Amino acid sequence: MNRFGIPLAAFAVVLAFLAAGLKLNPRELPSPLIGRPAPAFRLPALPPAADPAFDSAQMQGRVYLLNVWASWCAACLDEHPLLNQLAAAGMQIIGLNYKDDGADAAAWLARFGNPYAHIPVDRDGRIGLEFGVYGVPETYLIDAGGIIRFKHIGPLTAEVVRRELLPRLAQLGGESS
Amino acid sequence: MKRLARLAVAAAVAAIPLAPGAAVAQVEAVQFATAQQEALYRDLLDELRCLVCANQSLADSNADLAGDLRARVYEMVAAGESRAAIVDYLAARYGDYVLYRPRLAPATWFLWFAPLAVVIAGVAFVLVLSRRRPRPLDPAQARKARRLLGEP
Repeated sequence: MNRFGIPLAAFAVVLAFLAAGLKLNPRELPSPLIGRPAPAFRLPALPPAADPAFDSAQMQGRVYLLNVWASWCAACLDEHPLLNQLAAAGMQIIGLNYKDDGADAAAWLARFGNPYAHIPVDRDGRIGLEFGVYGVPETYLIDAGGIIRFKHIGPLTAEVVRRELLPRLAQLGGESS
Repeated sequence: MKRLARLAVAAAVAAIPLAPGAAVAQVEAVQFATAQQEALYRDLLDELRCLVCANQSLADSNADLAGDLRARVYEMVAAGESRAAIVDYLAARYGDYVLYRPRLAPATWFLWFAPLAVVIAGVAFVLVLSRRRPRPLDPAQARKARRLLGEP
């Protein structure tokens, strides 16, 4: 038994690591921006928002979601009803329009609903790069101090909202002034 | 004569990568002021991962994001940024996964040194085992061993 003991133990350790690895999704990369300030930016905004430009500083003091979306993105359509619901429930959502055509974006929103308080237009994806966006849709939860608290890659689901967003929102609600 | 022509063509094709200021084997052709910048650009593109097509480098990938990242790297190289600055810039936004060669930091010590450590442990294990004196056989095993070996 002793002869087999050590190699067997080593194998068990390797097996444990491999099993843990199988559960990970290689498409989901942890963001290094969690806990760091969200990049500041100023971009032109889409109508029907009131202002012609959006400055991220306007959101200071408020907890909000930054949703990266585009009219060409099929998965964005999956999460859109949920975003509409969240907005109707009072959630502030900023819709960063990523590498999209303004007319297409406006038509898409007119057709599927507009949950966004503001729609900054990131035509060339430069601001997305600052946020570490590598695939749409992506959603960031940003607190009243402008710190990124959570990032979700892929369409938002009710499960994610329940498991990740609501607890954090409750916590942030307790912290905010 | 034909052989000479073929040789000439081969030489011309081989010389293309040496042409100053042009980067080959990229999706876009870009120009640099100095050869060092071009070399840095090409090195970086090979060392940075395309996050959309996760097993391709920025040099190989045709994804949109890869094009965006290549453009950003080009800007920074042309502006004279150092390799460390560019790597830090991208890793700060996308995480260490964007680098094919992770930076040496406490979080990656295991990644870098574990293979060597395992090899050393394996060698040590073998050495220790091989030094152990063999256990003497009991009489029944000794008889069996002699029989198998063909000894009287």
